[in-house]
Amino acid sequence: MIEIKNLHKSYKMGSNSLHVLKGIDFSVAEGELVAIMGSSGSGKSTLLNILGMLDTADSGDYVLDGVPIENLNETKAAQYRNKFLGFIFQSFNLINYKSAMENVALPLYYQKVNRKERQEKALNYLERVGLKQWATHLPSELSGGQKQRVAIARAMAAEPKVLLADEPTGALDSKTSYEVMDLIQKINDDGNTILVVTHEEDIAEMCKRIVHLKDGVIVEDKKVEQVRASAYV
Amino acid sequence: MFNRDRWNEILQVLTANWFRTVLTAFGVFWGIFILIILLAAGKGLENGIRADFGNIATNTMFMWTQNVTKAYKGLPKDRNFNFKVDDVDAIKRSVPGLRYISPRNQSGGFQGAGNVIRGMKSGSFQIYGDYPEIIRQQPMDITSGRFINYSDIREKRKVAVIGTDVRKSLYDLGETVLGSYIKVNGVNFMIIGTYHKSNTDGNADAQKDIYTPFTTFSQVFNRADNVGWMAITAVDGTPITGIKEDVFSVLKERHSIHPEDIRAIGHFDLFEQFSRVVRLFGALEFIAYFVGVLVLLSGIIGVSNIMLIVVKERTKEIGIRRALGEGPWSIKKQILMESIFLTIISGMAGIVFGALLIYGINYILEMNGPVDMFVNPNVNLGVVVVALIILIVSGLLAGFIPANSAIKVRPIEALRTE
Ligand SMILES: Nc1ncnc2c1ncn2[C@@H]1O[C@H](COP(=O)(O)OP(=O)(O)OP(=O)(O)O)[C@@H](O)[C@H]1O
Ligand SMILES: [Mg+2]
Repeated sequence: MIEIKNLHKSYKMGSNSLHVLKGIDFSVAEGELVAIMGSSGSGKSTLLNILGMLDTADSGDYVLDGVPIENLNETKAAQYRNKFLGFIFQSFNLINYKSAMENVALPLYYQKVNRKERQEKALNYLERVGLKQWATHLPSELSGGQKQRVAIARAMAAEPKVLLADEPTGALDSKTSYEVMDLIQKINDDGNTILVVTHEEDIAEMCKRIVHLKDGVIVEDKKVEQVRASAYV
Repeated sequence: MFNRDRWNEILQVLTANWFRTVLTAFGVFWGIFILIILLAAGKGLENGIRADFGNIATNTMFMWTQNVTKAYKGLPKDRNFNFKVDDVDAIKRSVPGLRYISPRNQSGGFQGAGNVIRGMKSGSFQIYGDYPEIIRQQPMDITSGRFINYSDIREKRKVAVIGTDVRKSLYDLGETVLGSYIKVNGVNFMIIGTYHKSNTDGNADAQKDIYTPFTTFSQVFNRADNVGWMAITAVDGTPITGIKEDVFSVLKERHSIHPEDIRAIGHFDLFEQFSRVVRLFGALEFIAYFVGVLVLLSGIIGVSNIMLIVVKERTKEIGIRRALGEGPWSIKKQILMESIFLTIISGMAGIVFGALLIYGINYILEMNGPVDMFVNPNVNLGVVVVALIILIVSGLLAGFIPANSAIKVRPIEALRTE
């Protein structure tokens, strides 16, 4: 599903540049649930952003579902993001003046799905994250865990090939974190490919594979026995 | 364009901060309002002045003889001369582009006290000897009967057309006027018509004239072939101002007047006067547009400014949208439409309020009777259309910079802003 080779990225700040990713080779098969770990500043978010086409690498190859990702203009990149990728952010990033349902329906709007179908799908996904009765509520009326679940529903709505989650539980307490992980696991059970950046060991344990980044290179890449989050909920 | 979600979004964004939106809108509102009011005021002035000119054929000049001021061909200066009836044909022959040439004679008025008598009643009025065309050069409404025609001229009929004020002072209410006789300087004339001039030019005596056929007048008042003055109208498209010198030349030649004697023939060029006024209207309209558009411009800069702030505030949101797959064009379009919508709505409000104010002014003018030089201020549909086009264009301009700045930020940076 994801294939990257010798990926380099550095940030230029004035005269000096900071080499963040120093040749990453990495592939993810369909249906995997991968945790990306590493100390702060190790380049986890940078990697995820490049995978999400929000940022571009300096060099290296990136193939997503057989499509080489290179030299995209912004219009093309937007289309690919919409079609291939779903994002889950640490700070939820819901649009605050839109209701839960409108937020979930947004990626479908960019796919030019008609209004009625959009609403149906959005409701459907909200139901799957257990928030159907909150459909008309604004994000400000939701708790952190609920917001993240809306965000997950939104990421799912466009039926992307890969879900990218950057510290999805970073702003949540452990109980809520487990609920969110439970949801992510269930989505993964349905066959979706998911990458989760996390600092927390227990969250990482709930994935099927853990990749360790250090100073811009992968130092460890191991399969793990998945801990089911439902046990803690 | 007609996408419900887009409009929802526009409304959501614009109503998110009511106070700011209204303040911003006010700039544009004010600009269009001023523009409309200025244009309407200009139009009111124009209408007022045009009403003063009435429906006179404005491409007209009046000329009369004065004293000769240069000796020429053995003739002394300071002599008098008269236009002759033959001059009319001579002018017609040698100057192309003339529509009407009306020779006129005149008597009475202030020096002829009590010159008109009917039974026991009498009055002093201006008596004119005229050709039928004069009614086109000095329009009047024939309220009963008819005006002088060429049969009257040919047969030298003793007939007259009188003004409403003449009728009032010589006739009792309800008396038959047509077919009755009045005595002008001792000669009986039959009344064939009455007139009323709607354009009085502030002249209190406008309804006190008596028109008789030119030929009759000359005969009964012993004017021989003399012509007192002439009203000359050129065809449309040939300004009389341009060919009046040709007319003068013909007359100077015929009357042995030095070609450079500019004072021998006096004239009044209505067209020149009128053109001056028309130019003034043009200038007024220009000023209205100039001022209005400048005021509008400051409103537009206001909109642009606010849109920039809105975009800045929404940077993060725009980042999220782009992460979810909204294309840059869609974002640009959104911002542009917001800005156009805001400008058009506030501009429409300006147009509507301007129109209401104009309506109110018209109402008051109507209630309190006419005001000098100011009639029916209004803006026509053309102006409204122009204003709308200006609004759409300015909305586009106002949104252009903000829209570009919205997509200039890379999505990852947009997401990182707080
Ligand atoms: N836009 C940027 N400009 C300059 N330097 C940046 C930028 N983004 C990240 N960096 C630097 O790149 C390095 C890697 O950043 P990144 O955000 O990928 O780390 P991370 O692994 O996600 O850390 P954390 O766990 O704290 O989120 C850091 O040293 C950071 O300071
Ligand atoms: Mg990070």
